[in-house]
Amino acid sequence: MIGFSLSDEQHMIRDTVATFATEEIRPAARLADESGVIPSELIAKAWELGLVQGAIPEAYGGYGDTRSAVTGAIVAEELAYGDLSVALHALAPRLLAFPLIEAGTEGQKDQLLKAFAAKQFVAASAAMMEPRFDFDPSAMETVARRDGSSYVLNGAKCYVPLAQAAETILVYAATAPEQSFTGVDAFLVSRNTSGLTLSAREKNMGIKGLETYELTLRDCRVPADARLGGDKGINFARLLSESRVAMAAMAVGVARAAFDYARDYAKERKAFGVPIATKQAIAFMLAEMATEIDATRLLVWEAASRLDKSEDALKESSQARNYAAQSSLMIADNAVQALGGHGYIRDHPVEMFLRNARGFAILEGLAIV
Amino acid sequence: MPAAAEYAEQGIEDLSSAEGWFPMIDFELEPQVLKQTGMYHMAAEQMMRPISREYDENEHGEPLQFWETMWTASQSLGPAAEGKPAKEGDKSPRLRNLFTCLSVEELCWGDAGLFLSIPGGGLGGAAVAAAGTPDQRERFLKRFREGKPKWGAMAITEPSCGSDSAAITTTATRDGDHWVINGTKIFCTAGHMAAQKSDGFVVVWATVDRKAGRAGIKPFVVEHNTPGMTVVRVEDKMGIRASDTAMIVFDNCRVPVDHILGSAEVKNDGGGFRDVMATFDATRPIVAAMAIGVGRAALDFVRDFLKDQKIPLRYGISPRRLTVIERDFMEMEVQLKAARLLTWRAAWMLDLGMRNNLEASMAKAKAGKAVTLITQKAVELMGPLGYSRNQLVEKWMRDAKINDIFEGTQQINLMIIARRILNYSSKELN
Repeated sequence: MIGFSLSDEQHMIRDTVATFATEEIRPAARLADESGVIPSELIAKAWELGLVQGAIPEAYGGYGDTRSAVTGAIVAEELAYGDLSVALHALAPRLLAFPLIEAGTEGQKDQLLKAFAAKQFVAASAAMMEPRFDFDPSAMETVARRDGSSYVLNGAKCYVPLAQAAETILVYAATAPEQSFTGVDAFLVSRNTSGLTLSAREKNMGIKGLETYELTLRDCRVPADARLGGDKGINFARLLSESRVAMAAMAVGVARAAFDYARDYAKERKAFGVPIATKQAIAFMLAEMATEIDATRLLVWEAASRLDKSEDALKESSQARNYAAQSSLMIADNAVQALGGHGYIRDHPVEMFLRNARGFAILEGLAIV
Repeated sequence: MPAAAEYAEQGIEDLSSAEGWFPMIDFELEPQVLKQTGMYHMAAEQMMRPISREYDENEHGEPLQFWETMWTASQSLGPAAEGKPAKEGDKSPRLRNLFTCLSVEELCWGDAGLFLSIPGGGLGGAAVAAAGTPDQRERFLKRFREGKPKWGAMAITEPSCGSDSAAITTTATRDGDHWVINGTKIFCTAGHMAAQKSDGFVVVWATVDRKAGRAGIKPFVVEHNTPGMTVVRVEDKMGIRASDTAMIVFDNCRVPVDHILGSAEVKNDGGGFRDVMATFDATRPIVAAMAIGVGRAALDFVRDFLKDQKIPLRYGISPRRLTVIERDFMEMEVQLKAARLLTWRAAWMLDLGMRNNLEASMAKAKAGKAVTLITQKAVELMGPLGYSRNQLVEKWMRDAKINDIFEGTQQINLMIIARRILNYSSKELN
């Protein structure tokens, strides 16, 4: 049955996260971008929202909430509305916890899941992207070769969030490179494993508040039971779909942040004696931005809704992700344009929104619903 | 979008109590709905596609057999896709507007021009349903449920005013028991069929008081062959050629006094004019659905062609590894989907009794533009084959463009969206 409204529970979650994003995250966004540091108190407060612990089953000390991709998309959008770096940082532990819940063996869950039910933020991470222009999750160059009772990992990863602080990093690698998506596995790799080295912190165009690292794997040997899901492995296409839905939802959040700012500015700023919003050149631009925000969100929800029904959503999540990458960039660019010269000045956040939005066509696997 | 708890505030009954209904985010059509849209699809494929080219080339020809079949079908189906009103006391099916959008999409996948030519109340019927009294609805709309095929049409646009429909110059003057209508209307869809070639009617918007501006504009039902109403021209168009688009002159055309829809009183509360606008909130999602049908026709054609050519569509891999054809096709596909989701939302809101003025305009603006571009791209992707009249792709491009124009141009819809998001009146933003 077609429907477009949030459930009462989703509504409540959205309101809570939206308030936090507006009152706590946004005021910290510019400083985090300039300094590259997100205050740990802010992350601690975000942790208290229970966005990670909630999904941890009660048996492991979490709240045992039903995981929903639609709800996850709503949360991701609202957090990113506050600030993309903070959203990615706050939700980074999910990058390990959620695949673990979804695909982990009992042993793997017993060993690692309890940590995420803690009172304090627990850094964790996943390494999916690779440093080459045509990086493609279905054709990873990082490979894991079975060798007796271990796997040997070789390759290079980049944009690995919080890698320095994370004790365990979920490393995606091809075990059967000729098999495209089904040939990809994930490995629970301790940061101190011999053969794993981290670069200095990456310097990026946007998401400057988020710590990301390059990670090199040189004959990095892990035990066979480090393979997520054991012999069954993982459904990588599904994890990737969940990641694309999350990133696309965040793109909607960034786009909406840019739109709201530009709209409010355009109603205040006067030219030729009237608010510039009363000029069609600006008004129509805002109208298109608003329409695209809604269109993008519906694409995201549609893909998420498929995930919630355990249907294949690789096509839909990729559509949503690619569309969101384009639309959020267009919207953020229009927001800068609406502010004219002021949009280019770092006193206003729209240039930051534009730099952040540019990432969505490139970044993969930095969030998950 | 409100949560379930907020429906009550909007005066909407508790929908959660209805069986099988839970208001939540979902995009899945039930098997029963799919079965029904499947029937429309079959009609489109078997009755429209085979004559699609013929009535494009033979512009003012009359597909009598097609009309007869559709008319007969609509008699048995009851209120059908083209805006015909429900019978009094009918229990409307849930999500009726959404279902209309789904069936319109299928029929326009068949042929948008032929779809517009299907006998029925059309926009004229919709105006009667929206603004007429129960007695008027019964009196004027009964004909669409019996006898021979008939058409209803709506006449608003004039040679010197289109989007600015408040500037209408056609007048209606009271003379005893009649209104006397004078003026010229253009771009009247199915106008020829409604005014002269069937026992239909035309709803004419005319001003009863020029000084009153919008408040003075009222709709009048003019019966077919009323003396003083003359179709002087049937337009030759770029596309949707199976649909007649008439210019109608009203020269001292007298209609009975009870043919005015709604009140004759001129009030400055936007009354009559608001009725036109309310009609648009309901029809814009339908026009968006029309656009989507045409766009899907082109998209399906290109998809089949690529399959024949063994050109793969690799979903899910990095866009930087796709071919230009894959990227173009996927872009067309997702644009269509985005337009469809906006359209479904607008129709769904109407079904739930929510005001959808903003969302209907978003759907229309997006669908009109997206499908214009999608069909243009389809011609390009098909190369020399696309430009040839041997295939229907070039026709779909011509058909698609009207959706970016009628029922509010792209720009008018952007204007409405802008006013709503900025909270500006039409005085503040125009």
